[in-house]
Amino acid sequence: MSENLNLPIVPGAAPVTMHTKQGMFGPSAGGDTSGFGGLVESFAIGVPAARPYGGDFDIVADAAEEAIKGAGLAVNDVFEKVVVAHGEITFHVRREHLRTVAKIFRDEPALRFEMCMGVNGVHYPFETGRELHAIYPMLSLSYNRRVRLEVSVPDADPHIPSIVDIYPANNWHERETWDFFGIIFDGHPGLTRIEMPDDWPGHPQRKDYPLGGIDIEYKGATTPAPDKRRSYS
Amino acid sequence: MSHDTEYTTDFGSAGDAGDAYAGGFETTTGRVHTVTGQDWDVVRGAEPGKKERVVVNMGPQHPSTHGVLRLILELDGETVTQARCGIGYLHTGIEKNMEYRTWTQGVTFVTRMDYLTPFFNETAYCLAVEKLLGITDQIPDRANVIRVMMMELNRISSHLVCLATGGMELGALSAMIFGFRERELILDLFEMVTGLRMNSAYVRPGGVAQDLPAGAEEKIRETMKMLPGRLKDTSDLLVDNSIWVARTQGTGFLDLPSCMALGITGPVLRSTGYAHDLRKTQPYCGYETYDFNVPTVDTADVYGRFLIRIAEMAESMKIVQQCLERLEPGPVMVDDPRIAWPAQLSVGSDGQGNSASHIKKIMAESMEALIHHFKLVTEGFRVPAGQAYAAVESPRGELGAFVVSDGGTRPYRVHFRDPSFNNLQATPAMSEGGQVADIIAAVASIDPVMGGVDR
Repeated sequence: MSENLNLPIVPGAAPVTMHTKQGMFGPSAGGDTSGFGGLVESFAIGVPAARPYGGDFDIVADAAEEAIKGAGLAVNDVFEKVVVAHGEITFHVRREHLRTVAKIFRDEPALRFEMCMGVNGVHYPFETGRELHAIYPMLSLSYNRRVRLEVSVPDADPHIPSIVDIYPANNWHERETWDFFGIIFDGHPGLTRIEMPDDWPGHPQRKDYPLGGIDIEYKGATTPAPDKRRSYS
Repeated sequence: MSHDTEYTTDFGSAGDAGDAYAGGFETTTGRVHTVTGQDWDVVRGAEPGKKERVVVNMGPQHPSTHGVLRLILELDGETVTQARCGIGYLHTGIEKNMEYRTWTQGVTFVTRMDYLTPFFNETAYCLAVEKLLGITDQIPDRANVIRVMMMELNRISSHLVCLATGGMELGALSAMIFGFRERELILDLFEMVTGLRMNSAYVRPGGVAQDLPAGAEEKIRETMKMLPGRLKDTSDLLVDNSIWVARTQGTGFLDLPSCMALGITGPVLRSTGYAHDLRKTQPYCGYETYDFNVPTVDTADVYGRFLIRIAEMAESMKIVQQCLERLEPGPVMVDDPRIAWPAQLSVGSDGQGNSASHIKKIMAESMEALIHHFKLVTEGFRVPAGQAYAAVESPRGELGAFVVSDGGTRPYRVHFRDPSFNNLQATPAMSEGGQVADIIAAVASIDPVMGGVDR
């Protein structure tokens, strides 16, 4: 995939092809008379970055890597990849090392990410074996920096260790992510639904969960429900 | 009371409809279902040797819980031994719905999240989308000045509601009447500029929906002249009010380490003496060029947060004055026809709509302009694949928008890190061990808005 994108190949997890567009205009139903029906374009995110990351990101990455080595771990075992895009850096962390990394990011004098601004999920059903992602935005008040941690888990085994005892702020955020995505945060003090009713079946923010909706009828005409309208994506 | 024999009065207990709690019976107009309570299967006594444990549900329908917040309190007399929050009563699935609308339509949804701070929601979302589009630097100056001005007016109106409802919750009804009256002055400005008092959908990716209408600047200036006196009237009702001081001083205590552990931002964090404000530390929309202060106190209590909000309203007025001086004529939307809405909105005899000159152009002059308008409005623009996080300092703290695009015309995922949601977690820390009445003061000082909490 990276050959197609003409980007440097960096060891680690591959970028995710988000979706593939065919033809000139997008919609799959109906003919494309533009003559560009065979055009195929694909979009990817999570393209691994190579050093230098730029700006403060190298300082953060250096300090993190040093602390990880100090803890007796190999950097490549801990970080799947590092993504730099739109002036933001994301460390993709393997779930078994998430708690170690969270402690390092909080306590290391050169990092000091005092605040974790929560966690939220994203569902990529087409990314086999890494369908569910949990994203932790972190803020350092001392150094005025932001980074993100991202953990990917398979749908078949949606377990991530809880970091509520490290960042108590994540209590409700982890419950929300469980509620909406079905990611189980092991070790959470009370992982119950928070937004949906307790007996709700399913996890509504997943892509395989339908939006639902009722067609709108007005003056004899019918407008389909939002999830059934034509999409140009 | 005699019943006709046409229907049975068998209330069909268990087994009738297969549901122990919902029986039913037939009537001439169809089957009537009755949901009834049943006896508890097991009645357990209190644990031996323990005192009676009283658990009280406060809310979700209770005027003092700041919306549909449910507080579950364990009481020992008047003392709260444990407090938990129940939320979710206002969950409307906004984040899910946005995945089925275009990027521009998303603004209409986010503005309804925290309904007291529509301009902050819209701006946070648009900043994140603009980051993905890579047009952050191309937003016209006038658009940024208008955004800042609307946000700061919004900060005043939001803080006024906080004082008003906070006052009402503690019994100061005059403060409520004054607060809501002053807020209406600002909502009038919103209505004049955007067409709506709330939920304006005014800030759009690339700029703002339309330029300020004629006379708006004078109206804002007028209001700015009136506001300081009005705000003083409102705050005078409370600042030295001995009942207010007694209810708020020393209650709802939360120190700096607790705030950092719980991710608390906004006035609650600043009431610990730590001057953290994203407008200063990570400026956006050109905040670094404005002259204003970040008020702090070091009491870490409800009264301190109240004083901070009053001081912040004065700082916001300073910023609005600077915005008015800076408003230079110019575009209010990015100069990129692939993103910018082709028409300026204007108000005609039949209400708000596309400007007459634009209608003339697309209907009579340019077929291509018509096609472009149609495509941009129905299909929407594409946003390059990627993820971005943009945060603004809302009246309640860090409001973050996390946006993922798959390269299409609709958001792949939008998540709002709402400060109310996060800060409500501090309720137990602020109120356990105190009196029931202090919980009300503590929650009022967090100033949660359930529309933002539940989204």
